[in-house]
Amino acid sequence: MAQQQNILTSTRPYLMSAPALAIYVGLFLIPLIMTFMLSFYTFDLNKGGILPGFSLKNYAEVLGDPYFHGIFLRTLWMSLLVTFFCILLGTPEAYILNRMSNRWKSICMLAILGPLLVSVVVRTLGWAILIGSDGIINQALIGIGIIDTPIKLMFTMTGVVVALVHVLIPFMVLSVWASLQKLNPMVESAGQSLGAAPFTVLRRVVIPQIMPGILSGSLIVFALTASAFATPSILGGRRLKVVATTAYDEYLGTLNWPLGAAIAVLLLIANVLIITSYNKFIERKYAQAFK
Amino acid sequence: MNKNSPLALVFHTAFLTFMLAPLVIICLVAFTSKGYISLPTEGLSLRWFRAILDNPHFIDAFYLSVMLGFVAATIAIALAIPASLAFARYDFKGRDAFMAFFLSPLMVPHIVLGVAFLSFLTKVGWYGTFIGLVFTHVIIIMPFALRLVLSAVTGLDRLAESAAVSLGASSWVVFKRVTFPMIIPGVAGGWVLSFITSFDEVTMSVFVASPSTTTLPVRMYEHITETIDPLIASLSASLIFITMIVMLILDHFYGLDKILVGKGK
Repeated sequence: MAQQQNILTSTRPYLMSAPALAIYVGLFLIPLIMTFMLSFYTFDLNKGGILPGFSLKNYAEVLGDPYFHGIFLRTLWMSLLVTFFCILLGTPEAYILNRMSNRWKSICMLAILGPLLVSVVVRTLGWAILIGSDGIINQALIGIGIIDTPIKLMFTMTGVVVALVHVLIPFMVLSVWASLQKLNPMVESAGQSLGAAPFTVLRRVVIPQIMPGILSGSLIVFALTASAFATPSILGGRRLKVVATTAYDEYLGTLNWPLGAAIAVLLLIANVLIITSYNKFIERKYAQAFK
Repeated sequence: MNKNSPLALVFHTAFLTFMLAPLVIICLVAFTSKGYISLPTEGLSLRWFRAILDNPHFIDAFYLSVMLGFVAATIAIALAIPASLAFARYDFKGRDAFMAFFLSPLMVPHIVLGVAFLSFLTKVGWYGTFIGLVFTHVIIIMPFALRLVLSAVTGLDRLAESAAVSLGASSWVVFKRVTFPMIIPGVAGGWVLSFITSFDEVTMSVFVASPSTTTLPVRMYEHITETIDPLIASLSASLIFITMIVMLILDHFYGLDKILVGKGK
């Protein structure tokens, strides 16, 4: 991909990427290193707040306290649920989209991908208006007389998961759809003409070939759920704290920056570990699909 | 052409309803004449759209977000163009490492970036300044800008450049008169996606926003955590209308799927 005739100008590519590199080192790398160091500081209101030094106290507190265990486990469980439902609903939708006529396909694509351009705050507001205790769904159900007391969806896991699936499923559809583009429709027809039932063709021919798309879509959805902030904060509130909302509360509520930094560092490490090991796994398993 | 079965079409309709319901409900509620969240059963009212204009809080935040997106996207693109040309045309030592480093903000959760930027901006005295806010957004949108500019540069036909060089043009003139005009479409797409990403960003901005540098999504987030009223619905509906127009333009020129295919990674 990259070749150049004149080898003489070997400093040129470095000069060309130097401005971006400077911004990245100064405003991305250094803040991250500072946060890493901050996570070893201690916090004591009686002694004037943040005290520099090196102590593993914050990590011991986060890793040893059942309260934080609960928050990390809840975040993990939420990410798994959202990923599961995105696979379950997003994969068939991408498959159906791919079989539509071009005109319908592009209209439906707009409806599915368009919400990605709308702020996550707005999309979450839509769910808050729908599922709130005096929200539209409850107003309608009580109005018709099906229920007497409002159904509780706001501030529940169900509500947060439904909204997060809505927020993140376009990534899954997009990812599976991209791998469906590489699928040769003749292979499917060949399976059928050899007498395979439609479901067998789907299971033995289509799904194995779009597996890389499903897996990379899952990774995106999982990682974005694990660090989601606005949706769990608005729809889950204080009762359903996740890692991101906890770090926010430590930082801006109790002002315990070192502890908030430790939570952030742990989230970052978990995120990077999951992404890199998952990528390795996919690459090993589907090496030929990426060539 | 394979046809979808009726069952598949039922699923598809349900899926589209699910995708559009929250946005449609916002647009309906925005037209209510009542003082609380309700469907406009007694006729449409523009009362809550007028109320936006009486709220300088939101208007100021809107202008700030537009300015921020504009400046941040422009800086990101200006940095991405030379970097992309270097990546696409030179095989230099550390090229892959540079590339991985430039895309790495995508791997860092925005909440972590928020925590890191808040400490950093406070330390260097940039907390609460516009310039501080701009640079945090530049880091967030750089990977998107870089990826779209890179794909524009990679597909470039180099014959015209060679012709210009052989006619004696300096490398700056070649860039200005030949290369840049040819990559404008890709650059414009990258700029728009960068702008939207910056305009919508909330998780990181919630940390670095001070009372004088609160972006629109942060202001809306703070409003929603206190109260959900028709005012926030009408404001959101206005944003949905604006986004729809931008989306149709983007789709017409680039194809929405091509622009968004790498957004999540």
